[in-house]
Amino acid sequence: MTRTWPFLSALLLLLAVGGAFYGLSLEAGGDAEWNEAYYWRAARFTVLQAGLSALLATGLAIPVARALARRGDFMGRDLLLRLFALPLVLPTLAAVLGIVSVFGANGWINRALDAAGMGARVPLYGLTGILVAHVFFNMPLAVRLLLKVWSAVPGETWRLSAQLGMDGNAIFRRIEWPLVRRHAPGVAGLVFLLCATSFTPVLALGGGPAATTLEVAIYQSLRFDFAPDRAAVLAVLQLVLCIAALMAWQALARPMPAAPTSGRGDIRPDRAGTAWRDGAWIALAAMFVAAPLLSLLLDGVGPALLRVLGEAAMWRAMALSTAIAAMTALLSLAISAGLLLGTRHLRRTAPRAAMPFLSLGLVALVVPPFVLGTGWFILLRGTGDPLRFGIAVIVAINALMTLPYVVRALDPALAGTEERYGRLSASLGVDGWHRFRLVDWPALRHPLGLALGLCLALSLGDLGAVALFGGGDTATLPLMLYQRMGSYRIDEAAALALVLAALCLGLFTLSEKIVGGPGDN
Amino acid sequence: MKRFFPLFALALLAALPARAETLTVYAYSSFVGKYGPGPAIKTAFEAECACTLDWVALDDGVAILNRLKLEGAGSRADIALGLDMNLVAEARQGGMFAKHGKPAAKLSLPVEWTDDTFLPFDYGHFAVVYDTQKMSAPPKSLKELVDGDPAQKIVIQDPRTSTPGLGLMLWVKAVYGKDAPAAWAKLKPRVLTVTKGWSEAYGLFTKGEAPMVFSYALSPAYHMEMEKSTRYQAASFSEGHYLQVEVAGKLKSAKQDALADKFMAFMLTPGFQGKIPTGNWMYPVSDPGAALPASFDKLVKPAKTLLLPPEQVAANRRAWTDEWLAAMSK
Amino acid sequence: MTIERAGIALEAVTFRFADMAMRFDLEVASGAWLAVTGPSGAGKSTLLNLIAGFETPLSGRVTIDGRDMTGVPPAKRPVTTLFQEHNLFAHLSVADNVGLGIDPRLKLDNAQRAQVGAALAQVGLRDVEKRLPAQLSGGERQRVALARSLVRARPVLLLDEPFAALGPAQRREMLALVGQLRAERGFTVLMVTHQVDDALHGPDLAAFVNDGRIIAVDAPAALFARRDLPELGDYIGR
Repeated sequence: MTRTWPFLSALLLLLAVGGAFYGLSLEAGGDAEWNEAYYWRAARFTVLQAGLSALLATGLAIPVARALARRGDFMGRDLLLRLFALPLVLPTLAAVLGIVSVFGANGWINRALDAAGMGARVPLYGLTGILVAHVFFNMPLAVRLLLKVWSAVPGETWRLSAQLGMDGNAIFRRIEWPLVRRHAPGVAGLVFLLCATSFTPVLALGGGPAATTLEVAIYQSLRFDFAPDRAAVLAVLQLVLCIAALMAWQALARPMPAAPTSGRGDIRPDRAGTAWRDGAWIALAAMFVAAPLLSLLLDGVGPALLRVLGEAAMWRAMALSTAIAAMTALLSLAISAGLLLGTRHLRRTAPRAAMPFLSLGLVALVVPPFVLGTGWFILLRGTGDPLRFGIAVIVAINALMTLPYVVRALDPALAGTEERYGRLSASLGVDGWHRFRLVDWPALRHPLGLALGLCLALSLGDLGAVALFGGGDTATLPLMLYQRMGSYRIDEAAALALVLAALCLGLFTLSEKIVGGPGDN
Repeated sequence: MKRFFPLFALALLAALPARAETLTVYAYSSFVGKYGPGPAIKTAFEAECACTLDWVALDDGVAILNRLKLEGAGSRADIALGLDMNLVAEARQGGMFAKHGKPAAKLSLPVEWTDDTFLPFDYGHFAVVYDTQKMSAPPKSLKELVDGDPAQKIVIQDPRTSTPGLGLMLWVKAVYGKDAPAAWAKLKPRVLTVTKGWSEAYGLFTKGEAPMVFSYALSPAYHMEMEKSTRYQAASFSEGHYLQVEVAGKLKSAKQDALADKFMAFMLTPGFQGKIPTGNWMYPVSDPGAALPASFDKLVKPAKTLLLPPEQVAANRRAWTDEWLAAMSK
Repeated sequence: MTIERAGIALEAVTFRFADMAMRFDLEVASGAWLAVTGPSGAGKSTLLNLIAGFETPLSGRVTIDGRDMTGVPPAKRPVTTLFQEHNLFAHLSVADNVGLGIDPRLKLDNAQRAQVGAALAQVGLRDVEKRLPAQLSGGERQRVALARSLVRARPVLLLDEPFAALGPAQRREMLALVGQLRAERGFTVLMVTHQVDDALHGPDLAAFVNDGRIIAVDAPAALFARRDLPELGDYIGR
């Protein structure tokens, strides 16, 4: 089993991606020409906006994470961290509208500036808008990932720093910064990938076609020019670009520390006198994340919400969305399990191959879901009506999209148990299922709860795969949301966005509580 | 895996309604959604045909055509409904569609309809819709829009990803001809942002992000009828307004050939046309069976209809889009 | 319960770690207690890992009690290893940690549970079954690991500096405990240590490892008295 499972996972992944590309190559495109300057500009803009987004999101996450690490005890900290998981899993359109409510030309900030009689306005559309959206989506993720760095600082270190009389600055320079410098590039790399393939925010807030990314060009090739083969070439270009970024990332990144030690913030010597500064960082970050979410709540609550909640179709869509999300999560976990087992095996036998093997799981992140979908549609039509496979393909594509998060969440924990207990388990003959049950599960269940929650929520918010393979009967919540917007029912769309956000948050919390077990992060 | 299978099977089962004599129609999603005309049309047609009408909801007209191209002869669609007129030439090239016989009713369109493959089912003019609370003097022509105050912004759609976006591009082309790039360059500072589709643009507009949005001449009718509000109005342009005609066609590969013919005929009867004005917020192409809502009288009536031949659009779309890109990316 | 005695032999075993080539030839009679000494990085732990099966020789073979160990996974070898740290699963109770030595699936009947208690008693621990490793002292944790080697009843005990972190008195106690268990159970013991003192208190043989090779094996007192090995002189600081 330890051999076949990883093999099957890798095979499935390669087949899924390779098959999609093969399918696309079968369908020769129209007469559309290869506009080199255009693609070159798109590639450049992709790197520019993703690079800036990664720098900003990670750079801002560092002081916020530090403040949160230092204040391990304030009320509402858990709630805040849970809130920080929301931007990533919200349907992008809903999130973009939330951002517009706050930062837009007629948003809260500009209206406050006007009310205060200041001539100045904050412009949103253009590169600024893209960056604001990307920081909104990814800064909270970066904070959550970076917080693990602090939780790995042993309690002895804090006691020692207290004894040596180190102040906040000295602690940052000597203890925190070396850790952050090791781990931040990895976090920034992940953010880069997420932003490189971002789509809706770029188009909605970019201000015009100067803000064209490769993802937009791929979509255009598939949709408007209907040139699947060219879409495949562009997708390969994007893949190469992202793999280059991925390699740079892996060269810079260090594995995240695994098992949290007793490193609680409450014994740090530099807590006194920094409460105001920490409070300011935390409050700013919380407001930045919470304000657009709050606007979703305000826009969503109203008579339209009651109307929407009274609709049987809405509950059916919710049930279908939830079922798809559950199947997605199971499939994603099954594939990840194979990748993780294989990686563990390789760490023992061929350490150099371990990380490249694990990176297979990231591939789907950089292949647009509509590329996967269209490629498979072409392949499946040979078997009759591809819509018969609708839900299966939607689930498969969603599962591929969620793999990076699952792998990223689980690998450090698994690497940790291997490092500590690998030999001991081998010498005692604790292996297979029992190794999982007795050794890995206790360390795994917490990150697993997080991974499962992310899977569920990401799949709930997805539109890409559903839009391609869905038909009359596969009305999911995001699809319904778009439908209402298309019929001028913007109030009901807002209500649906709220329902969707609540469902995301609910499932996320549930899986963190049930699977993740008791205890906090 | 074992636990996963029953769930999966259940979802599949739920997705497969099995009944004989089912007519499958591909349409865009807002057409078949709760507030679209789809549900009422389904009821009306099923009462006449003693069959089942199965809507398959796709993103938009482009998605319908792409889906048909992907599926080829294996498509389960009998009819495709909701193609934009600008897609007609391209759709014809594939040879997927069957010719219709004679239209069952007299068509009332701003242009003469001669197409032997596709039948129109509704039409409307594009228009710039503005917020009367923010703008007292809307532009009176496309030229005024282009030359106007850049502080008064407009939200438009991307011609690479949306039908209205393409409509605006063609409108500018129809008015400015080879000077279109210069016009776009001039308009550019007025453009707040360029969205992927109509929904995003209209959402930003109603949020108050910009006083103008590119939309339809009939958009204000929705607000007047459903919200009793005259806040949002369309600006009448002296050069004329670009026309959008939405069409349907029967596929050669239709499995329910007779039923499909029946539906194409039904499409031009009051049972279908009557649902269009307040369902799809477009004009019917033949007798809707009842008077149009009062608010329709208050709408902009274009003095002139602009329309480029579908063949010319199909031949130049790519080049014009590149031109637009170049002008808007500077 | 006495366990079957087993002798250990390494026959022309070679191994490469980074750029250090190692070669070991060694024979340990069954029931013997051998202290393995030598400078850091000389290959002492590697020697134990080769016997335990954590590392695979490039050539040569390891036999235990005459049986060729090539291809035998660690859990199937007649060997128990005690590491310097992480001998216990931090999230499992003391009783579970010992119980794993009886059944890696941790399905124990009453008799086996009693056996766990007895083993703990034998290493001098009482009423600790329900505690977690973090609630014990360093010496107590290594006693728990020793208790597990008792219930595992494998004839070879490999000690990889498990007492290095303990104080002199505690270390002496633990060595006495190992000696006592060996006498009762007939273990063959290989013990890596940095302390000449450790080798003199219990083991009946000592080996000196340098640069990937076993240079000498002798009775401990005799070995450390040798003057013909300059490396040994450097090591013990003479």
